Amino acid sequence: MAAHPLQAVPIHPLHAFLVAAPVPLFLGGLLSDWAYGSTPEPQWSNFAAWLIAGGMVFVGFALLWALIALLRSRGGRGRAASLFGLLLALFVLGLVDSFVHARDAYAIMPAAPILSAIVTLLAGAAAWLGFAGLRSGEMK
Amino acid sequence: MKRLLLAAGAASLVAGCNHNGGSDPNQYGGDPSLPAQQRALVPSMKIADPTPWGDHHPVVPPGYTITAIATGFGIARQTLVLPNGDILVAEGRGGGESALRPKDLIAGFIKAKGTSQAKSGNRLTLLRDSDGDGVYEGRTVFADHLNAPYGLALVGGQLYVANQDSLVRFAYAPGQTKASGPPVTVTQLPAYINHHWTKSLAASPDGRFLYVGIGSNSNITERGMAAELDRAQIWQVDAATGAHRPFATGIRNPTALAIQPGTGQLWAVVNERDELGPNLVPDYLTSVKDGAFYGWPFSYWGRNVDTRAQPQDPAKVASAIRPDYGLGSHVAALGVAFSSPAMGARFADGVFVGEHGSWNRSRPSGYKVVFVPFRGGRPAGPPVDVVTGFHDPGGATFGRPVGVTVDPRGALIVADDLSNTIWRMVPARQAPAAEAPNRAAPPGKTGQPGAAAPY
Repeated sequence: MAAHPLQAVPIHPLHAFLVAAPVPLFLGGLLSDWAYGSTPEPQWSNFAAWLIAGGMVFVGFALLWALIALLRSRGGRGRAASLFGLLLALFVLGLVDSFVHARDAYAIMPAAPILSAIVTLLAGAAAWLGFAGLRSGEMK
Repeated sequence: MKRLLLAAGAASLVAGCNHNGGSDPNQYGGDPSLPAQQRALVPSMKIADPTPWGDHHPVVPPGYTITAIATGFGIARQTLVLPNGDILVAEGRGGGESALRPKDLIAGFIKAKGTSQAKSGNRLTLLRDSDGDGVYEGRTVFADHLNAPYGLALVGGQLYVANQDSLVRFAYAPGQTKASGPPVTVTQLPAYINHHWTKSLAASPDGRFLYVGIGSNSNITERGMAAELDRAQIWQVDAATGAHRPFATGIRNPTALAIQPGTGQLWAVVNERDELGPNLVPDYLTSVKDGAFYGWPFSYWGRNVDTRAQPQDPAKVASAIRPDYGLGSHVAALGVAFSSPAMGARFADGVFVGEHGSWNRSRPSGYKVVFVPFRGGRPAGPPVDVVTGFHDPGGATFGRPVGVTVDPRGALIVADDLSNTIWRMVPARQAPAAEAPNRAAPPGKTGQPGAAAPY
């Protein structure tokens, strides 16, 4: 392997799944928060709480995978480290978002949609970074 | 403010043995201090660690003794002393709402660790002390196949029982040890979801009306406003027809009701909302005014707005009245009973309050029975500890008081729903069980059982 020029390794399909799955879940959480904000119907905040909890399950496994990938990678750690860092930030903020959603009724406002927007963006960024290695431009 | 300081000083004197220490604000009486609302990321939870009594014993004031008169219940909640001295114990566990959020699963699991694992008895057990020696040797099932019975009241030869979903009645004749048949339903009670399932009960002295306390269906409307239809109210039910009207509203969880002897005034102890910090909102004792709105969910202690309830209702907030007497935050008052001179001079005039104990604060509060002294028919002065020792500072919890009842012969009956025990505290001059042989003499002292007719 050392004899060949460095080339990007495509993301493992299962890791791809773990990195991508949180995006629609957190986005759903954000939209549910928005719905709760505009109609004081707490069922929307229940939906948001479950969607975010679901996203957190995938983020947890994706983070674990990213950590192992980081430890095993030799050279060219940049992207693995960035992905791990992003997923770690996503995990921490997602946890905060989950706790905020555990509050009763309107006590989740205004923190809930703000946090959900941030984690949705971070999840999108993590997916972007995770899949970016597939782009031909990275080949050397 | 001066009044507040005085009350605080008196409270610290009286509560010298209160291991909660000194930094909690004074929240007793008519003008409790109400700190700013807090919203922690994770609500502080300190759950009782159930521990067998072993060598421990509840602690009572000098001059009193306490004994366990019966145990092994299917969760002992409320008691009623019948005119002949028999004690009825309502046993059961209600509720069983489904979890709507991840939080409900987790918090439900944690909170269940601090309660009895016993199965719901769904029955009334009758305890009898035939010879007046303080040993309740007789025990029969008075009625079973009930649905989480809680509130009990006897008036005019009718025994009323508030199940979690209905108000029912049995005909009762003095001396009866078993109901003569299935109960008659007086009225259905709100039971959808039943987050706060306990239905408390009191009867007007003339027997015309029954008052039923119905708790809210959530902490603070997190199950939606629609789930709160007919909740957080005290109903006045016509005993003859079963027709009802809301007597008081916005009264979050009125867990025990009592009629004041002499005046016929209805009183309640009420559990207030959680997750606003360790020192909000004080649970309270109040006379219940006809037609009054007590704030829930829009405000607490009068007009202190709680924005968690949406949409807000400024008109309702403006109409909210303040309760009479703060008992402290999160103490979880679940029992109330008017005392009588038979309880001794110290506790002659006032109410006993059973405090189940907190979960939503790092330093536990409650876990005891207190006495709120009255003067001129109103609360006067800070609460006095009566039965303590249910909980030790290390976290071990041996029992949790619920219903309290005064036996007009001079005994305080306390139901403990953790160790499933009925405790009986008596002035020491009424000999405890061990000294029973010396005690055949004093019928004169106990010869006024009719005095407290409202029970």
